[in-house]
This record gives sequence, structure tokens and C-alpha cells, in this order.
Amino acid sequence: METPFPVERLDEYRWRIPRHGGMRVPGLVFASRSILEQAATEKALEQVANVAHLPGIQGASLAMPDIHWGYGFPIGGVAAFDASEGVVSPGGVGYDISCGVRLLRTTITRKELLAKSDELAEALVKMVPRGLGARGRVALSRSEMEGLLRGGVPELLALGIGWPEDLEFIEEHGCYPGADPRQVSERAYERGGSQVGTLGSGNHFLEIQAVDEIHDEDGARLMGLELEQVVVMIHSGSRGFGHQVAADHIKVMNGVAQQARIALPDRQLACAPLDTREAGAYLGAMACAANFALCNREAMSHFTRQAFGRVFRSDARALGMSLLYDVSHNLAKWERHLVDGRERELLVHRKGATRAFGPGRPGVPARYLKMGQPVLIPGDMGRYSFILKGVESGMERSFGSTCHGAGRRMSRHQAAQSIDGRQLGQQLRSEGILVRATNMRELSEEAPAAYKDVQDIVEVCEGAGLSRRVARLRPLVVLKG
Amino acid sequence: MITRFEAIEHTADKGILAYGDTPARVLESAALGMFSIMTDLELVRPRETIEVRVTAQDREALLVEWLQELLSRSQAANLLLARFRITRLEEAALEARAWGEAIDPSRHTLKVEIKAATYHRLVFAPGADGWMARVIFDV
Repeated sequence: METPFPVERLDEYRWRIPRHGGMRVPGLVFASRSILEQAATEKALEQVANVAHLPGIQGASLAMPDIHWGYGFPIGGVAAFDASEGVVSPGGVGYDISCGVRLLRTTITRKELLAKSDELAEALVKMVPRGLGARGRVALSRSEMEGLLRGGVPELLALGIGWPEDLEFIEEHGCYPGADPRQVSERAYERGGSQVGTLGSGNHFLEIQAVDEIHDEDGARLMGLELEQVVVMIHSGSRGFGHQVAADHIKVMNGVAQQARIALPDRQLACAPLDTREAGAYLGAMACAANFALCNREAMSHFTRQAFGRVFRSDARALGMSLLYDVSHNLAKWERHLVDGRERELLVHRKGATRAFGPGRPGVPARYLKMGQPVLIPGDMGRYSFILKGVESGMERSFGSTCHGAGRRMSRHQAAQSIDGRQLGQQLRSEGILVRATNMRELSEEAPAAYKDVQDIVEVCEGAGLSRRVARLRPLVVLKG
Repeated sequence: MITRFEAIEHTADKGILAYGDTPARVLESAALGMFSIMTDLELVRPRETIEVRVTAQDREALLVEWLQELLSRSQAANLLLARFRITRLEEAALEARAWGEAIDPSRHTLKVEIKAATYHRLVFAPGADGWMARVIFDV
């Protein structure tokens, strides 16, 4: 394994990059040996080391086992900063601010679902716009939009979209604090205005799944899950709104880092000290984008529930379509964590990493408090996805963080060259998985073969004490943009 | 006037290399490259025109900000753009015109949405045969 610096093995699942050069803390990668070796070839380990240069970083520059090279920060990167000496970096959050996953339950069984797959897929295609150019079904005035940005999901409920009982099962009760719509550009409003309730494209999806394995009986019972139960997983983010917010503030930050004379090993680590106006502006805008994402997923849930209601000739409440949980994997959050035995308020950046709080931790819904926070991990459309739970040991090892997904093993280009999208669709159909994509040619880029086996990732997280499996889910119907 | 671009490898996202005799041509090629990721350019008619002005910190940043501006203008207005002409270019500022039309799902091929043009592995420099640029897009 070639790296420009030594990497020490701490144990089977933890690898340390010792401090060298301008690193203020060591790097710590949670990975198996083979994952580590792949990360090395991609130069993702260098990115972990680069993040360690940033002022005020606490503990270590972390990376989860789905580590990938990203923009500045690696994907799978976690970095926590002290309130007085630290910085905020939009690259540590990502362009798709608050991209995340949610899971709805149903009382439908796999058998019942399969009898109606085609009809349901067609209904969902009509109710959930997806892909490039898609326009949402929710028409919003400017002031309604500002309301959503400032107030999150409760404001969407006030418009008659969504269920009040969902709030308890969304991070931050459906509203990220500190949202400041004045920090959002006109262009972001223009891009996002017609996108509430749209899926996006790329690796975003709406998937109907069935529980096919239970790893934790008590946990599954607490989450209201059983074998053969049908659930709906939605993976999407803040759409063009969030992408614009990220781009706007990255541009500003490029200038700030220069002025603050912060030595950046990589331009894309552009950041601002937390006590600056620019940092405050970004965090205020980021919270708006996070609220946009939460509202987006809630709106899609609303229309998904309607589609199910129509197809099963019932209503979504009678079908038990409650929200299990909604969690983000691209965000910076203020959290209290122990550092060197003292409790500190830290800004924790997670980019392609999911918060995974342990049992008893404030912020975990009351229903799950004795189990730990649910964590939703998408795999690929051919194999499986997972529900995990946060654990106590994760709080101290990774600031209560775990992986976010499978990670790719083949570039989009390679996948497009070697896999035929139409044949893939037919192949999956023969395996009982119905895929609806706006463009079957582009589907090849999202083929199962293009992704790593998420089970490997999830096993490493378990071995490293970051999270534990509760249940495994198999795809039945897949909607792609 | 030669405008050329090609797709390049990147694990999770999409990238292009763009070529041209001059920096202005490269900027135009890069724009064509970006929109070709989203749609089939030959199906987009030049019905509408937009005027674009961009300033940035330096030449490389200008390339990214030019593409970002086109991306964000087109998404905000629900347009596809297929023709580009730089009308004025300085080291770190430009004016340009772009042509395209409103997205029509019945006629246009809609491939993938681009989230952003990034600074990742960014290149904008003279090459053996004119100028070249490399840009990676977050999809």
C-alpha cells in the first residue's frame, strides 16, 4: 500500500495516520485492510490528513469505512471543531446539504406488495417527480418558501402537507435551529422554488423494500419491524436549493481563508473561523438548506402515502405508513461531546457520514431512547440496505457517527461502458425487482455491480463499535431520477 | 473555431476535458461538455438567449464560476443551453451569451442533473496544441 506517509494499524478496524507536517491532530480511519488499500489508491487518505490541518479540530480527523475521495474533505469524513478556535468548512458538509434518508413503515407484506408492484410503481411515477427538469407538485409563494426555510417541517404541515406525528421522528423535530433566509441568494430561491417534493437524480432513489433479515429482535420490535414487512426508503437532499447555497458560500469562503491566513493544503478546504460573519452566514444558510431537505422528504412521503392509498384502496394511516426515522448524512451540527474527559460544544461536520447517537442520548426520540438512534444505510438496488442503531461506544470513538452507504467500486464512466441499462432492468425484473428510471441508459451508472457490498461496510462499523445492525431490507420497487 | 470536449474517469461523479485554440474557446467547450452530461445537445434549439457576466479570483476559478453560473441560471429558469459564445474575456472576468430553450421532456433527452461544478482536480492552462481545461462535476 502506497501512501506518502506511514499508516499505523491500531486494530483490525482502526488505522491511524500519525501527525506530520501541518497536521494538528492525527487521522483515524475506520476500515478493513482492503478498504484501506483502496482508499490509499484514491488518495483519500491524503484528504483525511489534509483535514487535520484545520484550526480548532478536536480529537482526530476521522473517516468512515465508506471512505472516498471528495471535494476537500473525503466522503465518509467526520471532523469536530471547537467553538472558539475552530472553523466551519462547506466542503465538510457537501454540495447536497442535508442529503439524507428516511424510512416509512407499512402494514403490507412482501407478497401483497408484489401482487401490485406495477400499479404502485406507476402511481409513484405520477406522484413523485424525479430527474432533471422535474417540477414539484407543491406550489409555494415566496413567503411560504421563506417560512419553510426558517421553520422547517412544521411550516409544511401548516400548508396541509405531511403528518404531525412525523415530527418526533425527524432529526431536530423537523426544524434545524438558526436558519436565516436572508443568507440565501435569490438564485437559490429560483432554483429551489419548484423543487419541493422532487427526488433528484444520480444516486437518489425512492425504494419499496421488504425486511428480509432481523439481526436484533428487541431493536426490531421497538422500531415496529418484522420479517416480510414492506417499508419505503427515500434518499434525497436539498436539491438545487442546497447546491446553490453551497456554491454561493464556497465562493465567499475561498476569499475568507486567504484573508484569515489559514494555510490550506487544499483549496477546497476553504473555511471561516467560527466567530466570523461569514461563518455565521454559512451556518444560517446551511440550516435553511437542511430545512428544505427535510421538507422535501416529508413532501415526497406525503405523495407516496397518497399513491399507496390509491393502489391499496385504503388510506395511508390505515396502511400504517408512519415514519420510522429521517436522518441526514451531509451536515454540520452543534453537539456536546467529551474531549479529554471534558464536555465541550463542538461543530461536528459529517459528509457522507451519519449521526448515530447511542442509548439515552438527548436527541434520540423517546421511543428509541433505550435502544439508540436508528441509522438508515442504503446499499444498492439489487442487493440490500440496512437499518442500524447507534451505540454508546460510538459516542466516544467517532463523535457518534457511522457510515452512510455502500460507496462505489466502479466509476460512472466504467459502469456506463460495461453495463447495458436496459438489460440491467430486465435482469432485475427477473429477480423480482421492478425498476423505473427516467433514462434506462443512465441506469447502468447506478447498477448494483458499480457499488461495493454495503454489508462489508456495515460489518466494519459494527466491528469498530460505531453502530450495530438491526435489520436488512431487500428492494422490490425502485424509482430513479 | 474548434470546440472539443471528452468525458473522463472519476469514481462517484463526472468530469470533462475541454480543448480549444484560445482560453475563450476552452470556456465554450467546457460549457458544451457540461450540458452534454445533462442532455443530448443536438436536440436543444437556440430559441432563447441569456447574457452572462462572471468575475472570479483567478483564471481557474473563473472557469468554475462560469460553469456554476450557467448551471444555476439554467436550473432556475428550467432551460437547457446548447450554444455558447464568450464576448469579452479578461484574466478573471468574462461576458458571454448562451442559447437554448425550455426543458421539454417529450423532446429532450434528460440524463442526469449536475449539482455543481467543483474545484476538484481543476486545470485551465495552455497545452501542446492550444488550451485545455479539466473540470469535475458533482452529480
